[in-house]
Amino acid sequence: MSNELFTLRVNGSDHDVADSWLGESLLDVLRDRIGLMGSKGACTQGECGSCSVLVDGVLVCSCLVMGASAVDQEIVTIEGVAPVGTPSDVQQAFVDAGAVQCGFCTPGLVMAVHDLLERTGSPTDTEIREELAGNVCRCTGYGRIIDAVQQVAVRRSSDHDGGRGDAS
Amino acid sequence: MTVIEEPRTTIRSGTIGDSPVRPDGVAKVQGTYAFSSDLHADGCLFGATLRSPHPHARIVAIDLSAAWKLNGVEAVITAEDVPGQLTYGLIAQDQPVFAVDVVRYVGEPIAAVAAIDPETARRALDAIEVTYEVLTPLLDPEAAIAGGHDPIHPDGNLIRHQHIVHGDPSATGAVVVEGTYEIGMQDQAFLGLEAAIAYPDPGADGVELHVATQWLHEDQKQIAACLGFADEKVRMVLGGVGGAFGAREDISLQVHTCLLALRLARPVRMAYSRAESFLGHVHRHPATIWMRHHADADGRLVNVEARFVFDGGAYASTSSAVLVNGITMAQGPYACPNGMVDGYAARTNHLPCGAMRGFGAVQACFAYESQMDKLAAACGVEPAEIRLRNAMKTGDTLFTGQPVLNVAPVEDCIRETMALPLPDEPVGGTPLSDGSQDAMKLPGGAGRTADAGDIVRGIGWGVSIKNLMYSENFDDYSTARCRLADGVATLKFATAEVGQGFITIAAQIARSILGVDEVELDQIDTHIGSAGSTSASRQTWMSGGAVDAACRAARERLFEAVGTAHGIEPIRLMIEGTDVIDTAGDLRIPVVEASSGLTIDETIEYHHPPTEDLDENGQGNCHTAFAFVAHRAVVDVDPELGLVKVVQIATAQDVGNALNPLSVVGQIEGGIAQGLGLAVMEEIIQIDGVIRNGNFTDYLLPTFLDMPPVLATLIEQPDPHAPLGAKGVGEPPCISSTPAVVAAIRDALRQAGIDAPLDRVPVRPADICL
Ligand code: FES
Ligand code: FES
Repeated sequence: MSNELFTLRVNGSDHDVADSWLGESLLDVLRDRIGLMGSKGACTQGECGSCSVLVDGVLVCSCLVMGASAVDQEIVTIEGVAPVGTPSDVQQAFVDAGAVQCGFCTPGLVMAVHDLLERTGSPTDTEIREELAGNVCRCTGYGRIIDAVQQVAVRRSSDHDGGRGDAS
Repeated sequence: MTVIEEPRTTIRSGTIGDSPVRPDGVAKVQGTYAFSSDLHADGCLFGATLRSPHPHARIVAIDLSAAWKLNGVEAVITAEDVPGQLTYGLIAQDQPVFAVDVVRYVGEPIAAVAAIDPETARRALDAIEVTYEVLTPLLDPEAAIAGGHDPIHPDGNLIRHQHIVHGDPSATGAVVVEGTYEIGMQDQAFLGLEAAIAYPDPGADGVELHVATQWLHEDQKQIAACLGFADEKVRMVLGGVGGAFGAREDISLQVHTCLLALRLARPVRMAYSRAESFLGHVHRHPATIWMRHHADADGRLVNVEARFVFDGGAYASTSSAVLVNGITMAQGPYACPNGMVDGYAARTNHLPCGAMRGFGAVQACFAYESQMDKLAAACGVEPAEIRLRNAMKTGDTLFTGQPVLNVAPVEDCIRETMALPLPDEPVGGTPLSDGSQDAMKLPGGAGRTADAGDIVRGIGWGVSIKNLMYSENFDDYSTARCRLADGVATLKFATAEVGQGFITIAAQIARSILGVDEVELDQIDTHIGSAGSTSASRQTWMSGGAVDAACRAARERLFEAVGTAHGIEPIRLMIEGTDVIDTAGDLRIPVVEASSGLTIDETIEYHHPPTEDLDENGQGNCHTAFAFVAHRAVVDVDPELGLVKVVQIATAQDVGNALNPLSVVGQIEGGIAQGLGLAVMEEIIQIDGVIRNGNFTDYLLPTFLDMPPVLATLIEQPDPHAPLGAKGVGEPPCISSTPAVVAAIRDALRQAGIDAPLDRVPVRPADICL
């Protein structure tokens, strides 16, 4: 146990973290110390992607990153993607396309899809599958998720200002 | 491409047949939806469970003293602290809350602790000292059946034996094919791990439990019995459920969490890790199935003989029902005049097995579909053709003597699947724009191990039958309440929403029946009668039927009120769009106006017709209804390395009436992914009774790269027996997709000159290339 205080910058705000134990994962710090419950843990081994967040713009499994090591970095979680009640284009497409069933994989996937579409405007089917292969979904069989990603890609390329989330 | 029918023009947005979005969708995509693992209460303590490291051992002593001494530990409990019944179970109450004297599987709970934080709780578990006398485990189900091993449980080593004889079981045919098939243990692997929070009542004479489960009222009954409470002293609220697939039908942490909270008079939270989850819930039964099919020279079935052995693991759970589902589906979706089936569910010191999507029908289907392929080969006809020749029709009889009275469009399922296009991508995938091979399209993918020139493609078929709802004389029902006031319908039910989307279609039903736009959904809890389990593909039919009936009852009250107000016989009134209209006059009032100031409140219990027990010859109308599906798989295989890439799955499924076509497609694709998983990658490995791969690094799940595009046709022939014409759609997709993939691998290997039996799933690389 360590009671040392450190500060994390999450979604643009500073959060003081007390009572974190040495080596506590960023996922646990976000959920249990800061109270941001949107990131999920389904394996805590880097296998499922449910815990995906951005650290300095890089998509990581927050279960594999030490919370204390993310000091001085910009962390973006699902809560930072769009204001509550105003879903981002990716989030809305997930809802509309039937890409959500139980929804446990969804926050991590939304993070991964925003990241993918920031880097690759019009991903091919193979690129989508390869880029998202680190995010497991047990409910959907992935078909409607791919549909959601393609819908957003098409909409963004035909409408440059169209309702984009600020997950970049 | 997925074939989704255009919404019919007569439907209003959000009504039956439309695909409105999920009411919980925005919360789920924004991360604000509270899963049971997200629940927290001020001042709550954290529970943890001590589990057996041995598959079979006598507990000589348990020393809790060191655990009690740790700072921050508030409670340490064992079987001695269980005030009520010491055991629980869905069918037989044979599973201890905490082990008493003996442990029967690796992972069996022995004690639980509550502490100020999860780390302290974990250290307290380490501090508990248990002295064991290790016993020889019973790991071979055949030994359990043969009776040679001492009973490992007071209820004996055989959970159930059931025999079925139909027609002339000695009938023979010109063509005989035979095989023994094995199905490995599959995990449901829902993503949202087990979690619950219990709030004790003041005075600790009652408790409220928020938990992710499939069946609130059954949990309530089992928990109350163990706590020594009347049922109503245990109030259950559905915590957000991150998938279920059968794994939440049994009790896991429910009783432990309540016991700790009541002992401490403080809220207690328990949450499993992935490793603990593999030990903490039941799995799909591993099975060994022998079958011999007799057919005439044209391949028409004459007789099917079969012997099923399901390994139930240490406790009964739903093994006896899984067994009956399996053996009563032994003939598959095919007409056959004669049959003899013997089935055993054995008790061993393996992990307990119970419900998983497909529930016995999955195991049966891998065996009978493998047999149908052998029969096709022996008769020299195509795999699809042999299935068409034998396809079951409405009115045909099962081996149990039960006639199939439902719509049975087996032939349509096969023909519509045949009509779907085969993949246009060449073997090994379309080359990249520079002409080079796209490694991601090859078996082995990013491993870049396969050589494109070695790849062979195969096509395989799987067709299946699944019984819907509960069987064998179970009083299966669901309860729903509809309140209507000021144009708003409020629905209440205890139906576990586990991701399947029942809440979406419940609102669609209310909009359709009542002509309202606004539907509110009350909390899902035990403040209403049971809805039964979210399993057996039953909620659309059962809870859909209950919501439908409650809304119809509310509509009658509305018509009576309008009739009285306007001097019109209520019988003349109907809903058109969002208006009440007089079919024999000019009256037209919006439902919002007609229901203003009224409080209509109707609660209905919907029961399906009773079913019968099986007699000693396995005869009886034991099932409620049936659904059918066909799958065609296309795979690319590297025979040298034993690697498989599934390229496409085509399917046509008997859905009755697609209440929400987009949700149906979601169930189809998701179920196929689980069937594919069982075909080529998913298996819990136990060695000497110890699980070796209880984590997501070693237990493999299909990813985006493993799952091919799915082409789906919905066969919509409304079933007159179903309240909304709609059949359950959840289970069929994962039943025959497995044998279809395996058949496709066999087909590919044949083209490479390899005759591999592949009589075991999952198919491992070594099964292909060694
Ligand atoms: S919880 Fe982090 S990858 Fe699964
Ligand atoms: S929607 Fe349930 S895991 Fe993806």
